[in-house]
Amino acid sequence: MSLELLGGRILAPYFGSSIYVWGSIITIFMLSLSGGYLIGGKLSTHSPTMTKFGIIFFCAALLLAPLVYLSEMAMELIFLYVTDPRYGSLLASTVLFMVPTVFLGMISPYSVRLLIESVARSGEVAGRLYFVSTLGSSLGTLATSFYLVLWFEINTILIFMTASLIVLSAIAIGSDKWSTR
Amino acid sequence: MRIAILCWFFLLLLLGPARLNSDIIHKERSLYSNVIVKKIGANTCLQFTVRRNTKNQSCFNPRAAERLVFAYAKMTMASILLMPEPKKILVVGLGGGTLPMAFHRLFPTAVIHAIEIDTAVTKVAKKYFDFTENDQIKVFDQDGRVFTKRALANSFKYDLIILDAFNGDYIPEHLMTQEYLQENKAILSKKGLLASNTFTTSALYDHESTTYASVFDPLLNFKRPETNNRILLAPNEPIDRAQIVSRAKKYGPRMAKFNVPIADYAQDILEALDGQPDWNTDARILTDQYSPANLLNSR
Repeated sequence: MSLELLGGRILAPYFGSSIYVWGSIITIFMLSLSGGYLIGGKLSTHSPTMTKFGIIFFCAALLLAPLVYLSEMAMELIFLYVTDPRYGSLLASTVLFMVPTVFLGMISPYSVRLLIESVARSGEVAGRLYFVSTLGSSLGTLATSFYLVLWFEINTILIFMTASLIVLSAIAIGSDKWSTR
Repeated sequence: MRIAILCWFFLLLLLGPARLNSDIIHKERSLYSNVIVKKIGANTCLQFTVRRNTKNQSCFNPRAAERLVFAYAKMTMASILLMPEPKKILVVGLGGGTLPMAFHRLFPTAVIHAIEIDTAVTKVAKKYFDFTENDQIKVFDQDGRVFTKRALANSFKYDLIILDAFNGDYIPEHLMTQEYLQENKAILSKKGLLASNTFTTSALYDHESTTYASVFDPLLNFKRPETNNRILLAPNEPIDRAQIVSRAKKYGPRMAKFNVPIADYAQDILEALDGQPDWNTDARILTDQYSPANLLNSR
């Protein structure tokens, strides 16, 4: 959600902040997350491990980093070739946010698989996971829109997000190595 | 007794809204705001929300269409002291269309492009505020930033750019950044002028001022005691004091019909030329990366 909010800010200089810009961003995030859920769910059926889980976080971090360095160039190109800001913002959202968001979407179903120990408690585990995930989303939204944008530049927040994903990835991979010793 | 109180309560409920709405002649919920047209005395006024302390965006007197009502609109006309014969004018933010119409009346052959994101505002401007499109005046219903970037890509130039897209309640943050101002500077003609209507009453003042000062030099902070608005005037070439005085004399009679005291404004501008910045010059500059204009405006 934090990334989605920043998405509006990133696109505004090239495509404005009209309702269709937010429509583009929300569409691409929803589509990407739905794709991520499918792929993450499928991946979790192939001998899931914390190391693989950590790799998903790491890939998401790697794919988020180009937003800091390459988004201006990508938007400049799209702005030049797509004159209608509706389709320009849709294309820019796709190019900038789709792939990292697909990876971020893979995390939830994979987490469900790692946390479930018995079928009987699967609903409870999934419920807790949705609770934590949605609570995290709302806190991320609030923190970003109320405070982070007041204190930091967009790129600083993006770098912080990337670093957080790398730390989480290291924790996941580290915990796997630790438990297999 | 209780029944009597209840009766009074229901009577108030019935009459209250009728009394409040009696002066509203048009009300519309658009994609961006609530657009309200009200009759206030002899004036027709445009408002963008329904809050009680809502400021009027634009007012005009149908019986004296040429006379400008608001101080900020009159102050914006002081642009002619620094850009006396604009051939191409860009107005970002249409409102009731009073500024584009005033400049059209003053310079009938000038090409005027007005940018308004909200089609409901354009519609209302045409229906209630005597605003018309013709061969000279054209409205573009799009985001101001997108228009400026496109103008830049197509190497368009304007002699006068008027930024009037900020109301007291909401500021389009991408229209108040250093990069946006640099884009505007790039589409100004060699002797062009940018005039921006902004506010003076919040924490945003310092940030906005340092942002403008980081792009424009010279930058004139034109204020008047009768209003909380200020007009930032940013000419592309050095200011000639003698020309300000002579232009005020030249335009005095023509400005009278717009209700613009141009001689007084010339005096204020000459004084502003000698003035020091009255803002915190260390305030953080607003950029595309850092632009919490609305959060700062609420402080």
